[in-house]
Amino acid sequence: MTAIEWIVAILCLIGGFLSLVGGIGFIRFPDVYGRTHSATKSATLGVITVMVGTFLYFLLAEGMFSGKILLTILFVFLTAPLAALMVSRAAYRTGVPLSKLTTQDDLKKKYPEARKDVH
Amino acid sequence: MTFQVVLNTVIAIMWAVLWNSYTGVDFLLGYIVGIFILFVLRRFLHFDFYMRRVFAAFKLIALFIKELIMSNIDVVKVLLSPKFDIEPGIIEVPTQLKSDWELTLLASLISLTPGTLSMDFSEDKKSIFVHSIHVPDKEQMIREIHDTFEKAIMEVTH
Repeated sequence: MTAIEWIVAILCLIGGFLSLVGGIGFIRFPDVYGRTHSATKSATLGVITVMVGTFLYFLLAEGMFSGKILLTILFVFLTAPLAALMVSRAAYRTGVPLSKLTTQDDLKKKYPEARKDVH
Repeated sequence: MTFQVVLNTVIAIMWAVLWNSYTGVDFLLGYIVGIFILFVLRRFLHFDFYMRRVFAAFKLIALFIKELIMSNIDVVKVLLSPKFDIEPGIIEVPTQLKSDWELTLLASLISLTPGTLSMDFSEDKKSIFVHSIHVPDKEQMIREIHDTFEKAIMEVTH
């Protein structure tokens, strides 16, 4: 194997590992907010490393500059935080309880009505 | 800033026309020459040299990549440790950023770094509510966000 192939393989493996960790986190976290973390974020860097590996492969091995792959990274960056914000805010407003491990909750004072019957 | 970008683009196009070769590389080379010309003439122009902001933006991207990797390592450590020892919490992080654009950027950067997730904004747009999977020290976390992302964003926009 050449050096390029090694680099691409390592990047893709890191990406796969991070996505796996995201899946494990999805099972292990106790509440909806923690699960939003692992569903959106471990996946972010996972997708990015896989995409960078693909981009490098096409650029160096095939000699093709693929702008599409770079755009994929941009769109992941644009959509992931927005989706996470929407899911967690909707969950909080409709009164989904926080896990028992939670130590503080500054947001409670903004939505006293929605959180009345929780805890 | 818009005026300078237009000026720079015009210089790049003139460069390509003068060389009589219209490829992306020529345009890029002309753009770099234009940056150099604007840099030399910056005293005679009655505004800031716009590349300063571009450099600040690159610094912000580099900082973000560093934070992304560091906090990913932290989160992987937490997730794979056999004892699931976390203290999640929602923290109100006050911010000095004014415009909607800056606030959106800050909230997105907070969300994109693993371990923290922006959940909501306060009514007066003075603070962001951040959910974090591990907050042993509230003050330290607020300080970290102020020292890294907020400072870097202010360098870009001011």
